[in-house]
Amino acid sequence: MTSSGAGQDVFRGRPVRGRGRAFGVLGAIAVGGGLGSVARFLVTSAVPVGASGFPWGTLVINLSGSFALGALMVFILQVWPPSRYVRPFLGVGFLGGYTTFSTVAVEITRLAAPTAAVYAAVSLVAGLAAVWCGMTLARLAARVPVRRGPRKETR
Amino acid sequence: MTLLLVFLGGAVGAPTRYLMDWLVQRWHDTVFPWGTFTVNISGSFVLGLLTGLQPGPFVATLVGSGFCGALTTFSTFGFETMRLIEEGAYAEAALNAVGSLLLGVLAAAAGYGLAVHVL
Repeated sequence: MTSSGAGQDVFRGRPVRGRGRAFGVLGAIAVGGGLGSVARFLVTSAVPVGASGFPWGTLVINLSGSFALGALMVFILQVWPPSRYVRPFLGVGFLGGYTTFSTVAVEITRLAAPTAAVYAAVSLVAGLAAVWCGMTLARLAARVPVRRGPRKETR
Repeated sequence: MTLLLVFLGGAVGAPTRYLMDWLVQRWHDTVFPWGTFTVNISGSFVLGLLTGLQPGPFVATLVGSGFCGALTTFSTFGFETMRLIEEGAYAEAALNAVGSLLLGVLAAAAGYGLAVHVL
């Protein structure tokens, strides 16, 4: 990663990938994704399914992972010095592998309609709120100003 | 053994997501996160298909918990939606949030139905 800087948009700035580095980056994503998946499996096993089959485990995973990614991205793109492997390993790999979308979709199809509607709405609204909380707390902790307005294209 | 299968599935799923996201995003120079959108919908279809096929614990753990779980992502979906909101692209944010969930559920149901009724 070479293009990151203090003034950079928190949402952009993908690692600049050279051919030689691509495998290292993919390896970091693979290891992170494997570990994140194991963490998800352990949390799912530990959290009991609620009344009428409400999937609390998946909800806890997705909310905690969304919170963590919101905070992480602020630190990666605006606070920490540029690093080649932190975002692939922690963001794309671990938190990407930890949180899951497909399980949510399948769970919704299997729940009774009222429970499914509540689960879908809570996942979405609380998921976005979790990202916002993570980003806001990280910005407060690192004293990064909240950025508004159109972004500069960096891709 | 179970944890090893989950690890291996996730170790393949996460890089696949990264590559798919990169390929899809190359074709769309827009603010809309087409890459994550595509990955999440297709992953939901595959997991629905797998659920309908009712494979043994080996395949269910490796492909379901591991691969599909890591192929799709909720945190990036939430983060990209939040990015659209902060940039003032409210229509795209709403479309991504509601569209991903709606099409994801439809894709999962389609995969399940295909497995149960056709295959």
